[in-house]
Order: sequence, then structure tokens, then C-alpha cells
Amino acid sequence: MASDPGPIVVLDGADDHDLTKLSEYQAAGGYAQLERARAMEPGAIVEELNTANLRGRGGAFFPVGRKMQFIPPKEQIPKPHYVCVNADESEPGTFKDREIMQRVPHRLIEGSLIAAHAIDSQHVFIYIRGEYLREFEILREALDEGRAAGLFGDVTIVLHRGAGAYICGEESGLLESLEGKRGQARSRPPFPAISGLYASPTLINNVETVATIPKVLELGGAEYAKLGAPPESTGTRLFCVSGNVVKGGNYELPMGITIREVIYGLAGGIPEGRELKAVIPGGSSMPILTPDQIDTPLEHDALRALDTFLGAAAVIVVDERACMVQLGLRVAQFYMHESCGKCTPCREGTRWMVQILEAVEAGQASHDELDLLLDVCDRILGKCLCPLGDAAAMPVASYVVKFRDEFRRHVDEGACPFGGESSLEGLFAPVDQHSHHPVVEEGVPA
Amino acid sequence: MTASRPFADEVRDVADQYPESRSAVLPALRMAQERHGGWLPPEAFVEVGEALDLTPAYCKAVASFYDMFHLAPVGKHLIEVCTNICCGLRGAQSVLDAFEAELGVMPGETTRDGEITLRAVECIGGCGWPTVVALDDYHRLNVGPEDVPAIVQEVRDGE
Repeated sequence: MASDPGPIVVLDGADDHDLTKLSEYQAAGGYAQLERARAMEPGAIVEELNTANLRGRGGAFFPVGRKMQFIPPKEQIPKPHYVCVNADESEPGTFKDREIMQRVPHRLIEGSLIAAHAIDSQHVFIYIRGEYLREFEILREALDEGRAAGLFGDVTIVLHRGAGAYICGEESGLLESLEGKRGQARSRPPFPAISGLYASPTLINNVETVATIPKVLELGGAEYAKLGAPPESTGTRLFCVSGNVVKGGNYELPMGITIREVIYGLAGGIPEGRELKAVIPGGSSMPILTPDQIDTPLEHDALRALDTFLGAAAVIVVDERACMVQLGLRVAQFYMHESCGKCTPCREGTRWMVQILEAVEAGQASHDELDLLLDVCDRILGKCLCPLGDAAAMPVASYVVKFRDEFRRHVDEGACPFGGESSLEGLFAPVDQHSHHPVVEEGVPA
Repeated sequence: MTASRPFADEVRDVADQYPESRSAVLPALRMAQERHGGWLPPEAFVEVGEALDLTPAYCKAVASFYDMFHLAPVGKHLIEVCTNICCGLRGAQSVLDAFEAELGVMPGETTRDGEITLRAVECIGGCGWPTVVALDDYHRLNVGPEDVPAIVQEVRDGE
């Protein structure tokens, strides 16, 4: 195991203090960076973020400062500018924003207000997924406290609850939803920086990204840029570790720690000494890695070289008991359920993927259909309005390619070779639930 | 249902937070769902539509997109079990099976006394602490099948 796990940035202080309380957050230096930022020219804040090379933590890894620079000055587009904080964390395997909102809500609020100053905005919206009720309550309380203390100045912050839709974590789906519509992806361009919320210039960033901003200012961009794996992957991430490990949870670490260190060091290894079969490095939409690849550092460039991504830094560990066809089926069922239906490759393609995978799992497919499955994935990849289609096609294609023998065995043996013993055996998917109707009895309005 | 203030006034207060009132359709649908016993009957869309100057059809179209709005009656309480891959790898199906056995219903169904609706749901963001179960939207972490009888009792007693 690596010696020094390195500095804690986003969750700094949360182990020793109840930072959900404004007084404790301020005692720990909270909101000091907001005060500093407000005395700075917006351009100087953006420069600091560019020096830090702070990249988006929601999955796309886009430089935050550059995103801010895309927002045109108000003289050019004389409309209100908006800041949207994307708290719709929904990628399977990801649960870091939840912990940030639970433990350091004021750092998120402070970051939002600094971002607002940086783009000359007086309107912040925090779009939180509906399923995060407790986090909504904590954030609401923190907002009430901050507002009452007069910290917001002329900025209003609206906390907006979603209602259950993965696609609303995609920036254009989020904007549609926030405008009171079905959360369907928008065609781009125009990009949100030019025409976002209410067709006005809009900055959208993930919770973790925004909560990092105050610490970047505190440390200074140049110091922050030394953390992690510079020059591309600077700083820390909250790695969400789940699946077949002894100690799942969030671990804030500098980028560049290896997958092996995460699994066998921090997370305590795989229970009962079972063998590792595969690792998903960035959430369920990311191409999978095999055990021979776990000495790879968790940072952008190294993972790109293996044709996968760090995504939302969600490390999902899969042990030897899992059938990869079942894993692919369950992943495809999820994306089929969550496809917004607007564009054809994703809407039809995810259904087709599910149908083929069901046939493979049942031992009723031919070898040709494995190629067909890859072909379907290929016809989705890069051909949709938003990344949801890719999110289905990329991982499933990677399972077929990397575990081709296991897929073949399903065909050759006419049945799942796990014989009912896979850890994912019979896993029920909500997409199959919609045909059921509740039993209506007395006491329930009919 | 509270008789204190007209629903439309409450909705318009929420709508005032937004530059355009249509943005309040999700909060308004949630408020309507709470007033109507956890689901959205046809009249709820009329009420929301009147408050926000939208058609009932528009409101229903929006509601039908989102998983947390129910277009058919549900029980007084919701028990929702995550069956996505992270919980799945750690035995979520056995937890769902245990709830089915304890409640005597299939996922998507409501107990005969109208108390509890059981649902399987997609990832609700607690992957490191499987299995995650939402009890009326509050999450219970690290749930195993052995915890199920006590959880059901707790939900029933919670009334």
C-alpha cells in the first residue's frame, strides 16, 4: 500500500468538524475565499482555475476555466447569466457528490458563489436528483443559514429537486428539466455557454468540481496544479469504490493512485480471497479493464491509453463469480430504461442490445449475433445527441471484446456456463417492472 | 390535504423563484402527488396546469417522464430496492426476494391493505454501501436479506 495517501481537499476538515454548520465552516476558514474572490476581477479567478488545470469532475473532464471563458460578456449577449450546479449524480457506481453535499454543503455553496462572480451571474440553480432527499434537506438548511447570514449578496440560489431521470445529469437534459420539460437531450450547438437555461449563457458544473473551487483559490492555482498527476490530471478526486470489495465507500485521493492500491489497499481487497475478474474505472458507462491492467494509475492519460476513461471516478470491482453476459445485460437494461427516447440510435439501439444479450444469456444466440451486438454498439457510438447512447455501447462492447470466450461459451453450450451460480443471477431490472400494476384495494384511491 | 391555503397559491409561491413559471412544474407535481396520497390522478394535472397556466396534457407528459411520479395508485409507503450492478454484485436480488416474501407482492405491486408498494429501482447513489433501500425516499444502507422483516415492521409502525 502507498505510504502517504496525500492531501484531502474537497472534504478537508469534515472529519474533525461538523462543517454542515455555518459557524464551524467559517471557523475552519470557510467563505474567506468568497470574500477574496469578490475583491478579484472575474478574469483573475478564471486564470487561477486555468493555472490549476481544474477539470470537470462529472465525467467529461473539461477545463473549468475554459468553460467560464466561453461565456460571452453581457455586452455581447445582454441577458442574465446563469450558473447551474449539476447535483443529479446518477451514474451507477457514483456516490461522491452525495457525500460532499452531506458533509461540506457550504463548500459547494461557496464554490457556486465564486463561480457566479467569475461569470458575472446573479442566479445559481442547484439541480439535485430527487432520490437524494436527505442531501436536499441538508443543502436547504445550509442555504437558509448562508442566506440569513447575508453571504449571498445580490445572488439568488435556487435548490431544485429532480424527480428520477438519469438523463437529467446530462447537461442539456438538466436544462430542459429545469425549464419544466421532459428531460430530453438538446441538439448542440448552440452550447449552454451561449444558449443554455432559458436560452441564456449558462455555466454548468458538477458538485465536486464546484466544491473544489474555494480550495483552488486557497491553495493557489500553481500549488493545486502540483497535486495529483500533473499536468493533465491535477488535484484530488473522490474515488467511489464499490462492488466486490471489503470496504466500499468514497476515498479522496490525488489522481494517479493505481487501481491495485485502491482495491487491495484502501478498500481492503476482495472478500474471502476471491479472484478479481474485471474493474470498471469510472462508472457503469466506461469500458472495462482486466486484472492485468490494474497497475494503471487512475488518471486521464493512462486510462485513455487503455481506451477507457476515469469518468466520475467510480471504481466498480467485479470478482470471479460474475457472468459478464449478465453484467452486460443489466448495464444495457439500465441505459434502455434511462434513454430519453429522442434520438433513434439510443432509443432503438439500447433495446436491441438488451434483446441480443437476453438471447445470449439464455443460450439461444448464434456466434453471428455476438458480431451483431458489436455492430449495434458501433451504430450507436458517436451517433447520438448526447452521451447516453455511448454510455450503453462503450461498456457492453468492451465486455464482448475482452470476455469473448465467455460470450462464446454461452452460444456453444446453449446455456449460461455459470449454471445459475453467477453473482448476478436473475437480477431483476426496473425496466421489466412497468407491466405490473399495483393491486388496488380499499384505502387506496382508484 | 391541508385546507390552509389554496394549492394554486402555494404553487405560485414556488414559481416566483424562477424566471419562468413553467420551471415550477416538477415541484408542483411533487406537491400535487403529496396531496393525492402519493400518486397523480387526472385531476392533479388539471390543478397543476391551472396554477402554472399549462395544459393538463402537458403536465401529464412531463410527469410520465420521471420515475418518481406515479401515474397509478401506490401504497402509503414506498420500499424501493436498488438492483443496479453495484448492489447487484453484492446480493441485491436476495434483498428484493426477501421483501417480496415478507410483503407477499411482486416489484411494482402494492400490499392488499394498501400500506406498502414495493419497487425495484435503478441506482440511487449509495453503491459503496450495498444494498441500498429507499424507505419513502430516505436511504437505508448496507441492507441484507436478514434485515428485511425488521425494516418492514418499522415501515408499518411508522404510521
